[in-house]
Amino acid sequence: MPDITLSHPADVDGWRTAARRLLADGVPPVSVTWTVAGEQPSLFADDPAPLMEPPTGTVRVPRRFVELADMALRHSDPERFALLYGLLWRVNRDDRGVLHDPADPLVRRAESLERAVRRDIHHMTAFLRFRAVETADGDGGKDDDGPYVAWFDPAHHVVEAAVPFFVHRFAAMRWSILTPRRCAHWDGRAVRFSPGVTRDAAPDGDALDDLWRTYYAATFNPARVNPAVLQTNMPKRYWENLPEASLIPDLVKGAAERARGMVEAAPTAPSRFGRAVERTRR
Amino acid sequence: MDLRRKLEILADAAKYDASCASSGGQRRDSLAGGIGSTTGMGICHSFAPDGRCIALLKILLTNVCVFDCLYCVNRRSSNVPRARFTVDEVVRLTLGFYKRNMIEGLFLSSGIIRTPDHTMEELVRVVRCLRLDHGFRGYIHLKTIAEASPELVEEAGRYADRLSVNMELPTEQGLATLAPDKTLPAIRRSMGQLHRRIEETQAERRAPRFAPAGQSTQMIVGADGADDRTLLRTSDTLYRRFRLKRVYYSAFSPIPDTSHALPSKAPPLVREHRLYQADWLLRFYGFGVEEIGGAGGMLDLDIDPKMAWALAHRDHFPVDLNTAPRETLLRVPGLGVRMVDRLIDSRRHRRLRLEDLGRMRVPLRKITPFVVTADHRPTRLLDREHLRALLAPPPEQLSLF
Repeated sequence: MPDITLSHPADVDGWRTAARRLLADGVPPVSVTWTVAGEQPSLFADDPAPLMEPPTGTVRVPRRFVELADMALRHSDPERFALLYGLLWRVNRDDRGVLHDPADPLVRRAESLERAVRRDIHHMTAFLRFRAVETADGDGGKDDDGPYVAWFDPAHHVVEAAVPFFVHRFAAMRWSILTPRRCAHWDGRAVRFSPGVTRDAAPDGDALDDLWRTYYAATFNPARVNPAVLQTNMPKRYWENLPEASLIPDLVKGAAERARGMVEAAPTAPSRFGRAVERTRR
Repeated sequence: MDLRRKLEILADAAKYDASCASSGGQRRDSLAGGIGSTTGMGICHSFAPDGRCIALLKILLTNVCVFDCLYCVNRRSSNVPRARFTVDEVVRLTLGFYKRNMIEGLFLSSGIIRTPDHTMEELVRVVRCLRLDHGFRGYIHLKTIAEASPELVEEAGRYADRLSVNMELPTEQGLATLAPDKTLPAIRRSMGQLHRRIEETQAERRAPRFAPAGQSTQMIVGADGADDRTLLRTSDTLYRRFRLKRVYYSAFSPIPDTSHALPSKAPPLVREHRLYQADWLLRFYGFGVEEIGGAGGMLDLDIDPKMAWALAHRDHFPVDLNTAPRETLLRVPGLGVRMVDRLIDSRRHRRLRLEDLGRMRVPLRKITPFVVTADHRPTRLLDREHLRALLAPPPEQLSLF
């Protein structure tokens, strides 16, 4: 009974090598156990298997599977490795077309993992905030290139998959992204990964937070207050990390009165500027 | 006046423009220099308590305006406080927020100061500085001032991803009453000019960049008497004639120092929502503009426009999900474009049954009266007079006050 140990929770390459090998050897999904180094081993695990040699023959899989697996394997569900191997087995053995049947239960499950991971990556690119770290000569507000540090708590193992976005966008800056799962550091040339850390390792605020809060409050239209839609789109679990979130309760509470005030305000005389322009344009 | 106060005034002045898209156009990154990227897919970095997405720093360069459009918070006769950013202030705010991953880029508009050309020139100065002096590669949406000179618009299009001219009101009469400084022909001329340049650039691979994310516009809903059919006909024409990427509908809402020439009551927000749904039907579902827009030219507020169409055309149903062509599936209430494509994928492998639909998260309650599957055929349901009552949501109080 092969017991495969992957080197970290998002070890997509390790899984691929092992899966190819298992497939080439004809090992059916039910007889494989998957574990991640350092995580709880399964109850009856043998000694960790020796590092697997890549198989000699090639296993051809549809591109859609590669794409699906690359995302789904980053999910935090402990079943993910077995589930994807089960699907690979089916794709390879008897049913190449199954991937294109969204009503198939197994495809359905794999796709739901994929979707959750994509959503998590998207949320990371959206709600992660860099904070300028005070340096001896910097004032934080000036137009400099770092260092910046961000804290984020992803729901799945998505740090590696999300990092290219930040590299492409902020290539000229120096930054670190800290998460409880894994950290990434960009020095302007290359990415380095390091083990996860706790929240207190990251800075709490930034010199621009106040201006951002000003913008947030001003761009809100109290006549259209709709906190339910806000929460659907920006789940509460991210609020702790967003400087503007502390304003939300008061903005919502005061909205009705502000809107009423605008409607009930007595008519005013045209502004002096308005009257002056009026005269010149007539 | 300090920067914080200016930001407060000039963000407040810009927020009535509903456009927030940061998507489309070319993909860029900063691996070879500069700062920023566009991925083709917009990102909403925050949401305001009104539920609207915050993707761009949406501000005016100045809210001083010589026009007197009655629906507008910045009209010259209004007593709101006035402010004006310097070019450097906008650039610093944009880059500062951008580097902290708070925004996708800048949405910049302006009140009309002195002349259209002067205003346009000021706007172009900001984006030129961002693009050329700072190598900014994020998203830029720039308002085009109607009747600005072609040279200025040309330069604006070189730096901006998206350009837009706001229609504001769909009829000449509406504009004459509420926005006496604007005219439809001038707005159409501006749109036509943008359209021509966008097309030319797309046709020629080596042409200099011009607004790669296209143009959009906005119409205000409920400030004048225009009904939904008039609004949708206008949109339909704009989509076909000028290839607009988006028409935004902005339900007129109370503003500070509101003009008392306006209706005292704002239209229900759900009207705006129904217009967006109808707009989607025009663009992605193959509906003609005369097919939607209910009795008396107004959309039904209780049910979505596709459901309204289906209830009025029961003879088109039921539709067999296992055999119907794509364009027929697109007309089934409750089925979106993506779901239709997934059903088509799936039915190559199986005869679809209700449990398959359930697994694919099709809204069963909504669609079962309209469809046939391997194990389901609606019986008398389609004839029942109270089908509408069955499908419409229970009346709820839509307004909080």
